[in-house]
Amino acid sequence: MEKDHEKPVEDLILFEPILKTGKAFYLAFATLVAVILWAAGAYLYQYRHGLGVTGLARPTFWGVYITNFVFFIGISHAGTLISAILRLAKAEWRRSITRSAEVITVLVLFFGVGNILMDLGRPDRMLNIIKYSQFQSPLLWDVSSITVYLTASSIYLFLPLIPDIALLRDHGGKWKWFYRILALGWKGTERQHRLLEKGIAFMAILVIPVAVSVHTVVSFVFAMTIQPMWHSAIFGPYFVAGAIFSGIAALIVAMNLIRKVYHLEDYLRPVHFNNLGILLLVMTLLWFYFTFTEYLTVYYGAEPLHMTIFWSKFTGRFALPFWGMFFFCFVVPLPLLSLRRTRTPLGTLIASISIVIGMWLERYIIVVPTLTNPRLPNETVLYAPTWVEWSIFAGCISFFVLLYMIFTKVFPIVSIWEVREGREKSMAEVQERIRTYLPGISVE
Amino acid sequence: MHRWGMVIDLDKCSACQACVVACQAENNIAIIGPEEAAKGRTIHWIELIPYVEGEYPHVKARLIPRPCMHCDHPPCTKVCPVYATYINEEGLVAQINYRCIGCRYCTTACPYTVKYFNWYPPQWPKEMKGSLNRDVSIRTKGVVEKCTFCSHRLLRAREKAKIEGRELLPEDYIPACVQACPSGAMYFGDLNDPHSTVSILSRERRAFRLMEELGTEPKVYYLAEGM
Repeated sequence: MEKDHEKPVEDLILFEPILKTGKAFYLAFATLVAVILWAAGAYLYQYRHGLGVTGLARPTFWGVYITNFVFFIGISHAGTLISAILRLAKAEWRRSITRSAEVITVLVLFFGVGNILMDLGRPDRMLNIIKYSQFQSPLLWDVSSITVYLTASSIYLFLPLIPDIALLRDHGGKWKWFYRILALGWKGTERQHRLLEKGIAFMAILVIPVAVSVHTVVSFVFAMTIQPMWHSAIFGPYFVAGAIFSGIAALIVAMNLIRKVYHLEDYLRPVHFNNLGILLLVMTLLWFYFTFTEYLTVYYGAEPLHMTIFWSKFTGRFALPFWGMFFFCFVVPLPLLSLRRTRTPLGTLIASISIVIGMWLERYIIVVPTLTNPRLPNETVLYAPTWVEWSIFAGCISFFVLLYMIFTKVFPIVSIWEVREGREKSMAEVQERIRTYLPGISVE
Repeated sequence: MHRWGMVIDLDKCSACQACVVACQAENNIAIIGPEEAAKGRTIHWIELIPYVEGEYPHVKARLIPRPCMHCDHPPCTKVCPVYATYINEEGLVAQINYRCIGCRYCTTACPYTVKYFNWYPPQWPKEMKGSLNRDVSIRTKGVVEKCTFCSHRLLRAREKAKIEGRELLPEDYIPACVQACPSGAMYFGDLNDPHSTVSILSRERRAFRLMEELGTEPKVYYLAEGM
């Protein structure tokens, strides 16, 4: 391993995005910045005039911002959780995909939190959450859980980056000082490797319960109230499953883009998409199972209050987003992911885009219909998001893509040292491991 | 300790909305205009709820005045992340406007939808600005507000009693809606005092509370009509 710095030619293509920047990058950069500026303008407009510029009203007090909050926090489950599980399971095919997954987690969390802050009527008083913390409120559980998750995910992203940063320090052209600081004096000694691996393994284990807790408490924001179709014990696992579902889908979309743009076909191979596709198929079925259970319970119980909301989703004014959700989350991806022939990079990409759209609709269909049908008779007020809310949503997505792009320009998006380690060490290791499984072969 | 509560006799209530108007004036509630009202942004600390029962041709409609229920177990105070809404020792569910961050969690958690949000900075027609009540603070945009049982009147009454060197009597404190009710359908007082009017009425056969099954223990009692 100490010979790392003697082979700059190997895996050269992984350094290329950092060394060279083409016209296409600047074009994409400018477009995204334009959208972000537009969204910033929309937010300033809202900040000045009040939340009245949104489509929110009584009784639909929550809308697109809260939907986005749940949606983005859900997407964040791709990275760290998938990467940690694959690492712990010693899945060798993880090596070239873990980095791109972990980055999603760290970056997208900011937009989850950001949407909650933009939803506040008095964002200038947000520090009251720390000054006057009332821990009986599920919102405080969110604040605590997400803070821990962000910290743990950032450490978990940074640790496996260290050897790669050292490579850039030794071979990269630009910003040597920057990489020197971040490399933390990495020399690739035996001892450093041992410590690093211990650290990664520790974080991988730690991060799993934290990730599960994050989306569970996000669901608790709804489930802890006594509102019909929110007050449900299934919400915790339902939200966690949905989060992993949309997270894997987002990861597949990101991997497809990286693969095309940086020509990493040799690193992100069809087998990666096939394997992730199978995982996504499992989550598709799990999502259906949870959704089916949730709605059947409501339907069978047939409490009038619940049924009003139930029918508003099935046949009423929310029928379009509801059936849209079912179409995008289940009807489209199920056949694509079931057939070996379509479990290709392109096939999984189509399924994934569909799932990401469907899961946003799912969050919307959980938040809005319940609020639209309160217990006491109320004037019928139909919530329709305004241009401000759509602009901010577009801005969040653009900002996320922009940060992701910048990351690929500063750090290798495929973990170089882990790929190398796979080539150099794992072949023998895996063979040895298989020997321990098999009867009739002695193990010393 | 007092435990303030309200009784509304639906047999006497003529749904004239005098209580709504009195409340609007007493508590400096913003006037938002017809356009915003159509969007569902009106603020009414007390409101007449139309209860429609049955289907044509056997329809029965009732109008029920609905202030804040001031629950003994309020679902709204539990979820507030900053203690901007809490229940005080006299059972009033209070609202701290200058601490509220406007997350609207309490508004979604309240099963009675009694909480209102300031979507815009509050506004009044020019002619009305001079007649704002100085005892009630004006809310800013982006905070939640709701019926307080006119708790500023309790403060006043307490000060007055202190100056006069006597104990606070339940008759000293009465919310604006109860005071304005022309048919005498609303009562207010101390539910802890077994001999008070509200206490006696709350134990009457006709007495019921909204959504008692939720276990929120509202302190607003209704007396059913036609019994």
